[in-house]
Amino acid sequence: MATPISRRTVLGLAAGLPLSMALASCGTSGPGTSGGATYWYLNGQPQEGIRTGAVDRFTKANPDEKISPTTFQNDAYKTKIKTAIGAGQAPTIIWGWGGGSLRTYVKAGQVEDLTSWFDQNSKIKDRLFPTSFPAATVDGKIYALPCETVQPIVMYYNKKVFDSVGARPPQTWGEVMDLVPKLNAKGIAPFSLGGQSRWTNMMWLEFLFDRIGGPEVFQAVFDGQKDAWSNPAAIEALTKVQDLVRADGFIKGFSSITADSNADQALLYTGKAAMMLHGSWSYGIQQSQGGDFVSSGSLGFMNFPAVDGGKGDPSDTVGNPAQYLSISSKATDEQKKIAKDFFAKGVLDDEEIKQWIGTGGVPVVKGTQDLLAKDKNADFLKFTYDLANNAKVFAQSWDQALSPTAAETLLDNIAKLFQLSITPQQFATNLNAVIGQ
Amino acid sequence: MSMTELASDRTARGTRTRRRDHGGVLPWLAAPALAFFVGFAVIPLVGVFALSFTTWDGIGAIVPSGLDSWRAVLTDPGLPHSLWVTFLVMVASWAVQTPSSILLGTFLAGYQRHRAVLSVVYFVPLLLSSAAIAIAYKALLDPNFGLGAGLGIGFLSQDWLGRPALAFGLVVFVVSWQFIPFHALIYQGGVRQIPRSLYEAAQLDGAGRVRQFFTITLPQLRYTIITSSTLMVVGSLTFFDLIFVLTAGGPGDATRVLALDMYKRGFQANLMGPASVIAVILVLVGLALALLLRRLGGRDASQSQLEGV
Repeated sequence: MATPISRRTVLGLAAGLPLSMALASCGTSGPGTSGGATYWYLNGQPQEGIRTGAVDRFTKANPDEKISPTTFQNDAYKTKIKTAIGAGQAPTIIWGWGGGSLRTYVKAGQVEDLTSWFDQNSKIKDRLFPTSFPAATVDGKIYALPCETVQPIVMYYNKKVFDSVGARPPQTWGEVMDLVPKLNAKGIAPFSLGGQSRWTNMMWLEFLFDRIGGPEVFQAVFDGQKDAWSNPAAIEALTKVQDLVRADGFIKGFSSITADSNADQALLYTGKAAMMLHGSWSYGIQQSQGGDFVSSGSLGFMNFPAVDGGKGDPSDTVGNPAQYLSISSKATDEQKKIAKDFFAKGVLDDEEIKQWIGTGGVPVVKGTQDLLAKDKNADFLKFTYDLANNAKVFAQSWDQALSPTAAETLLDNIAKLFQLSITPQQFATNLNAVIGQ
Repeated sequence: MSMTELASDRTARGTRTRRRDHGGVLPWLAAPALAFFVGFAVIPLVGVFALSFTTWDGIGAIVPSGLDSWRAVLTDPGLPHSLWVTFLVMVASWAVQTPSSILLGTFLAGYQRHRAVLSVVYFVPLLLSSAAIAIAYKALLDPNFGLGAGLGIGFLSQDWLGRPALAFGLVVFVVSWQFIPFHALIYQGGVRQIPRSLYEAAQLDGAGRVRQFFTITLPQLRYTIITSSTLMVVGSLTFFDLIFVLTAGGPGDATRVLALDMYKRGFQANLMGPASVIAVILVLVGLALALLLRRLGGRDASQSQLEGV
């Protein structure tokens, strides 16, 4: 007594089941689901609280304009936002680093052109640091609002360690190399490094390239010139870094240390390492996690040392000129309007400016010197403000400036370079192959 | 994916042999599994295969580009390296897991005191998520603030994630630590099904415990070993979460297995075409291995092991 099943019912089952499951499991993020605008940004205190606070104040003042925030961990966010944008599920307001990834969004027509909005709201444009706009600009048009803080990379040092060793912080690369055996002899690692995160290693190359060959060396890479990585200055910089690795300049086991867990910074404030090259945001982290390390004045900071005979200007710096907010072109008109209102009224309001300063950050807004001078971290804030303003060149971090494809190859090879598993020449060859991609 | 594949395969077999007796009822039971399999395995697979002939950055338009992606991947020295690392992880984790799982499973199948408590303890790693395990190990093995520094045990303060051999060994160790409980459970079930009369007969003949283990337990576990090995081998092709969080493929590319290579190309370097090529390669290798293991298991897996008992 066989009852044959009709083909249609089987197909119906086959088609309906996964579809409904897929729909049920895919969540509710993305545009158009809840009326208001959506906004994705990074978690981790104290920055997260400031970002959330700005949204809360805005929605309180504008009850009709709802913004729903979602937060993500740094490295996870970089992947998540790309995937979401590609899938047409981008949030209304896209938080980012500008540069190469913004360029890919622009090329795919996924973010709003804000040039005319900035023209209409010239006051907003004029209050921000001019150095923050190049990384928001693609082919002469502005696609993002610079926000939050300027983040140059800073050479931090532990004053207590230097006192106990009886040395002074190195002013030149020669002094760095002299200091390394001295510190190692005392059982103190010269430099802390969260090598597993890879971009931490990259900061060393960014500075050495600039100090040795000037900003033109990396600019040639960025402009897609053939074999730009084989520039003699580049090879010299790569060799110098490997020399430092060979001399045990970095803490033993640096490849096992991640920056996301802040273990690299803990090494500095616990005195296990004497110096550390890190972003200006690290100041706030050391302040909140290092006990009285910062408040007792034990944390020293300076710009990266000069390299003897190098072409680069020792005032040059590298880092994040700002953070950036873009608007998804896939958002509804209502969402776009909310986002633009938020940009005009909510982003970097007086309260937010004060809070960023409180964390040791310099907001990308002009004319905050008075506020900075009044803060308990006045020394560091003034240092950062001057560093950002007096720098002849404020270069954007390489992995942000390049396209994601080239950046991945770069980070990969940087890790191998620090492992000493490839030579400077191999590094140059591997990267020449992805120039212009 | 390997689990779904096996499950649906088994269901399909069952329905085929019994169709004669029960007519139209049993095919219905296979329908949900079939639907899931088609929806979550076959359709995406076709999509990936199609994507492998295109150029796509994951954001912009998808541009057909013929064999470009295939050529790029097959000429990339990174591919044989990833294949080799994947193979090593597969072999090493199989070699570590199988003997330990068989011994543990045999032990847990016994009736000694505290067995229930111990089996619960052994089972704990399986309850944790891979990401949590990886984060915990990473924190424990931190050379400066981890277990070694905390307890003053110099041996534990190694550059675990910075030396290729150590990182590789660590991955195999953590993978084994996580999955031995699961395979021990399979073997426990297998051992429990061996008729006690076999052991009684052996005892009468004067065979000791070791002799019993090698002449009765191991041969009787033959099909269990094949099942467990298939899961291990095919499963190790798709190790991703644990390695991604623990070493991120590093140092350099020392632990970059195929699945990780695929993710890095696709989602970090925005090269969806080449990533799809690797995905297709992964599927082919997985299928080939699963078939090979079935062959190794003898021509007819349903043949009785109890002839003459």
